[in-house]
Amino acid sequence: MNTMNTHSNPLPESSGESQVIAPAAFAANRPFFWALRRELWENRSLYIAPLAVAALILFGFMISTVHLPDKMRAASALDPMNQHEMIEQPYDFAELLLMATYLFVAVFYCLDALYGERRDRSILFWKSLPVSDVTTVLSKAIIPLLLLPVFIWAVTVATQWCMLLMSSAVLLGSGQSAAILWRHLPLFQMWTGLLYHLVVVHGFYFAPVYGWLLLVSGWARRMAFLWAGLPMLAIGVVEKIAFNTMYFANMLGSRLQGGDDAGTASAPGRMMDSLAVITLGKFLISPGMLIGLAIFAAFLVAAIRLRRYQGPI
Amino acid sequence: MPCIEARGLRKAFGTNVALDGVNLRVEEGRILGLIGPNGAGKTTALNAILGLTPYQGELRVLGRDPWIERDLLMRDVCFIADVAVLPRWIKVSQVLDYVAGVHPRFDRAKAEGFLAKTTIRRASKVRELSKGMVAQLHLALVMAIDARLLVLDEPTLGLDILYRKQFYDSLLNDYFDRSRTIVVTTHQVEEVQHVLTEVMFMDRGRIVFSCSMDDFESRYREVTVNPEKLAAARALKPMHERQGIGRSILLFDSVDRSQLSALGEVRTPSIADLFVAVLGDRAGNQAAPAQGAAQ
Repeated sequence: MNTMNTHSNPLPESSGESQVIAPAAFAANRPFFWALRRELWENRSLYIAPLAVAALILFGFMISTVHLPDKMRAASALDPMNQHEMIEQPYDFAELLLMATYLFVAVFYCLDALYGERRDRSILFWKSLPVSDVTTVLSKAIIPLLLLPVFIWAVTVATQWCMLLMSSAVLLGSGQSAAILWRHLPLFQMWTGLLYHLVVVHGFYFAPVYGWLLLVSGWARRMAFLWAGLPMLAIGVVEKIAFNTMYFANMLGSRLQGGDDAGTASAPGRMMDSLAVITLGKFLISPGMLIGLAIFAAFLVAAIRLRRYQGPI
Repeated sequence: MPCIEARGLRKAFGTNVALDGVNLRVEEGRILGLIGPNGAGKTTALNAILGLTPYQGELRVLGRDPWIERDLLMRDVCFIADVAVLPRWIKVSQVLDYVAGVHPRFDRAKAEGFLAKTTIRRASKVRELSKGMVAQLHLALVMAIDARLLVLDEPTLGLDILYRKQFYDSLLNDYFDRSRTIVVTTHQVEEVQHVLTEVMFMDRGRIVFSCSMDDFESRYREVTVNPEKLAAARALKPMHERQGIGRSILLFDSVDRSQLSALGEVRTPSIADLFVAVLGDRAGNQAAPAQGAAQ
């Protein structure tokens, strides 16, 4: 929720100030900022869904802490490796669940972003204001690309932190030491790694996917979901039949898995050591990443152009 | 500089020609009514003026090319395209925040002032408002923007009589100040007749008639002719003749009033009557457009 709030705080005052500022001094980034706010107003599921999932995780975890003292007593008999795995498991699960929520929310958001405003005819209202198509489309693109991963990261951090505090309290209450938990959960390392993983892999590396979905949502007159998937399937099928190869399908698959060439950097993606930093640098300028971002940019240009021509459906 | 200037404006959707070489010049400070049957190209013309659709030909709005510079143009131009375009999910307070945020010429206090005269609550969402209230909200937003051109495309469609009357009253009393320009299309011609300073008829992508309301009132006369004078009246070459209740009603262009008063009861025609007279022949046996305009 933190990331959202930083955006919303300065608003009530600033809207009054705008009268004082002469039109010439009207900051160029203000329309972008407000376009972004509009997205958060319109698509409340962007933050409600992750928060709801986090609440569910915490609720489930709270129930599980009933058995925590017994579990920890049993764990002390295990060797450190298994102990570590056992302690970390619910934290990993929480992380994965929130990551999945991110992708889910991002896909549905993108598919509706440029379609919804045409379907409900409100595009005529948005276009009656001095906000360019570039600003509008960019404000929609930055949400799955940057805002959502950072927000998901913040929710994950808060959730895991609550989990750790909750279980520590339970252990202390039952007269055990919570030190073993803290020893096996290098949270700060996990969190840095997670932030990188979310932004770089799920944000940047997935960018062409979001770009494609945005483009489809700007183009489709109905069933945007279908139009997003069918061309992919069609290309794969034609390639398979015509050349008996599966380059396209493999390419798509590897993109969705976070990339083969990024494998080492992305798949574990959790522990940030010096080696990982080097891999990260390499990954950021790898051809797979750069080509992906170029495709993303091309899709966005097309989406901006489309929005210029499109009216209500 | 004219507010709107178009030369040879053309737009086709496939083989369907929506604008067929429109020439148009609207000076600042006018209230222009653009009247025409459905499919005449009114909305397409407005969309071109607002930068919502590409076109062929020359078009300048406040000195800008609308298709290239829509976002800049929208600082000086407002439009209400339809009553139903405010997003249904938005709250009244949010839409005020948003417009205040993106529009350098929006006066929030003014908008709040207009809203205070209505029963619209800040916390309501647009979907909870009645159609009339949505129109009031949109009008409050638009009137609080210090724009030079306001474009209204069927702004009162689907509203009841009270809201419709209120809409044009506030537009005239609280908004129009002779430095602004308003372009309005509507089928409810009789409601705007007293509002307009200019009127244009469009048909099949062309402007077929254009006249200032001052000219309109001095030039055109409608006479309910006494039956025995009918032959004499027809000799004065009326531009149109229709049947009233047992009487013929003839429409004259630039015929002296004293000459006409001898024939029967003389009055200024409504825009709708003139519309029928001008377009009736063009439409041939197609009576529908004329009725559409008179509704």
